[in-house]
Amino acid sequence: MNTPTSEHHHESHDHHEHHIPKGIKRWLYTTNHKDIGTLYLWFAFIMFLTGGAMAMVIRAELFQPGLQIVEPNFFNQMTTVHGLIMVFGAVMPAFTGLANWLIPMMIGAPDMALPRMNNWSFWILPFAFIILLSSLFMEGGGPAFGWTFYAPLSTTYSNDTTALFVFSVHIMGASSIMGAINVIVTIFNMRAPGMTWMKMPLFVWTWLITAFLLIAVMPVLAGAVTMVLTDKFFGTSFFDAAGGGDPVMFQHIFWFFGHPEVYIMILPAFGIISQIVPTFSRKPLFGYASMVYATTSIALLSFIVWAHHMFTTGMPVFAEMFFMLATMLISVPTGVKVFNWVATMWRGSLSFEVPMLFALAFIVLFTIGGLSGLMLAITPVDFQYHDTYFVVAHFHYVLVTGAIFSIMAAVYYWLPKWTGKMFDITLAKWHFWCSLVSVNVLFFPMHFVGLAGMPRRIPDYALQFADFNKWISIGGFAFGLSQLIFLALLIKACRKKGEPVSAQVWEGAEGLEWEIPSPAPYHTFETPPVVK
Amino acid sequence: MSEKEYEKYYVPAQSPWPFMGACALFLLAVGAGNVVIETTRGKEGFGSYILIAGFATLVFMLFGWFRNQIHESMSGLYSEQLGRSYRQGMAWFIFSEVMFFAAFFGALFYARAIAVPWLGGASNNQMTNEVLWPSFQAMWPLVETPGGITTEAMPWTGLPLYNTIILLASSVTCHMAHVALEKGKRQQILGWLGLTVLLGCLFVFMQVEEYIHAYTEMGLTLQSGVYGNTFFMLTGFHGFHVTVGTLILLILWLRVAKGHFTKENHFAFQAGSWYWHFVDVVWVMLFFFVYIL
Repeated sequence: MNTPTSEHHHESHDHHEHHIPKGIKRWLYTTNHKDIGTLYLWFAFIMFLTGGAMAMVIRAELFQPGLQIVEPNFFNQMTTVHGLIMVFGAVMPAFTGLANWLIPMMIGAPDMALPRMNNWSFWILPFAFIILLSSLFMEGGGPAFGWTFYAPLSTTYSNDTTALFVFSVHIMGASSIMGAINVIVTIFNMRAPGMTWMKMPLFVWTWLITAFLLIAVMPVLAGAVTMVLTDKFFGTSFFDAAGGGDPVMFQHIFWFFGHPEVYIMILPAFGIISQIVPTFSRKPLFGYASMVYATTSIALLSFIVWAHHMFTTGMPVFAEMFFMLATMLISVPTGVKVFNWVATMWRGSLSFEVPMLFALAFIVLFTIGGLSGLMLAITPVDFQYHDTYFVVAHFHYVLVTGAIFSIMAAVYYWLPKWTGKMFDITLAKWHFWCSLVSVNVLFFPMHFVGLAGMPRRIPDYALQFADFNKWISIGGFAFGLSQLIFLALLIKACRKKGEPVSAQVWEGAEGLEWEIPSPAPYHTFETPPVVK
Repeated sequence: MSEKEYEKYYVPAQSPWPFMGACALFLLAVGAGNVVIETTRGKEGFGSYILIAGFATLVFMLFGWFRNQIHESMSGLYSEQLGRSYRQGMAWFIFSEVMFFAAFFGALFYARAIAVPWLGGASNNQMTNEVLWPSFQAMWPLVETPGGITTEAMPWTGLPLYNTIILLASSVTCHMAHVALEKGKRQQILGWLGLTVLLGCLFVFMQVEEYIHAYTEMGLTLQSGVYGNTFFMLTGFHGFHVTVGTLILLILWLRVAKGHFTKENHFAFQAGSWYWHFVDVVWVMLFFFVYIL
């Protein structure tokens, strides 16, 4: 039993080297999971506002029919870069930031498994987005082919800055893969004694599966952009029928990445909601094991449904049927999840703190997005809906009121743990209610104009859509402004204003992260805690 | 409580290398993008300088980062648990590389099994053939494209077969080096590992010969339709991986010569040999699907 001495030795050693560094170097050279988590989260928020500003340009142009504010080519650049930024710059980094902050604390680890690589994967991102954004100001403008960069839009008909787009996606991908490797290895190798697989918090479980998806599909995206590069600049014909290739092959490769990517953006959200709902229901999560199995089956199914994005490309009927039925299968495990959240609340003693408000909004609104997805999965019906605003409504319900709302719920839930102070609850409630109302004014009418046939990604539209579009734009501006309340709240929180909170913060909260002091110390769990 | 559970996990203090690595990737991406635009569009610019600066930064960063790492490892800061982190990290990295090659193999299979037959009128595409490409006949290897480019198919005998034997042999010698390391016989490691590096170099040399032959005598180029595309992209990325793998093995050889690695502590060696075996497996797939079939 000489462990106490060796432990003491390490502690003094640590005091020597691991004091909190000051100034800019702290952030540039950091290997601390909490610092890196903070960097990711702020980066994601800045990108969220940037991509949001582009959405404002789009909505301003669509406020009334006709072309009044921007050139069509610039409009296309806005839709493209808005999508790229929100997917790769806002949602994914925000989840990675949460993973960085929370996974080591939740599993009782001292840090992420590979702390220096962790820093590398973060700092690649700002550079990648500098490249992407600066291409907007170059000759010919930035990418204008949609975030899905379908060939031949991205090959024959794109401008030369496509090369910069390709390489910025390459390094973004490298960042995601390194981040995902770090998460997987941390979860496999760094769990505290007693933290068995089926005791892991669901946020950890969902991120484990997300990380697997990332490592599996980000390299496929790298392959897709590489083929676009060689087709455009080096005379290959992967996506050109004259050389024996096929533009539809681009869509197959892209969506083989793209569909798992959709779940990369929603599985961590499921994890977050599964943490928050039990806390404010003061009941353990209903059906923990079924949640784990549901998450796993969603992830596995995500590899065999990609062509439901391509029903109108003229695939053989057999393929259409297969992808339709496989897609519908996903609604089973997703239904299990929604059922479990509702069952967790059933006869719980509910209270409605801000994280719970966002979580409840998530459950209702994400389910709307899921149901419209089920409609889109029906092949013959999709022939009508494809490339209309119905699709836009669907994925914005899933990604904005789904992924983004879950991120906001997570920030409100864990922010007091990070700062040690309660955030400004009045501002938070304003943020919630303004966002909730405006986001529905923004996205709900899109279902109607979509069903009536308004095409997406076009800067002009037929007169009969004018009234709805006016309201959509008003909702859009209101939703954009509402996020400024969030910005004000976050700045206030980072300046450590507010009431000090206890270690547990929320009355019903359970888990290792709620057993350490608030604010969480710079280094947690130097020696692993024992989980009973 | 056993002592193992209290084992200290080494969390490094601040490090400048990752940030430098991010700068390197930034310069590489900007440089590569500009070089591509400049060379293919005949424009003037600074792309190649930026690319070289990025490459130099990357090499400098890798050198510094690894020196740091080796120093830490040799001064005994690492634990068994950390070793597991590294091994698992490497395994997942190799999985990501597998998926990168899978994208190009996927393109090969799609072109071969779907795109080309459909252009020739298969499935429900009879009118595609009759209206758009009336004289086109589906075949693989695609030696005449719908657009009319003709080329020759690369046979699997000769150079590719020799290269297969070379690379398979190198996997064996690499394994022998590992066996020797586990026995702690340094001279044997140097011999087997040196042989592996030479075989790697020989492979790359033969591959270059094959490319020259394809370009100058067969008319098989990167531009000759989807057969040439998949051929050069798959063998090209593989050749790049062999080059990187050979460099890794060369550095390992130098480290063995300097007296690094012990029976118990040789993660870098293991990672390098895993990488080499991975490159070998990819080649076997390539030889089968690109050359033979």
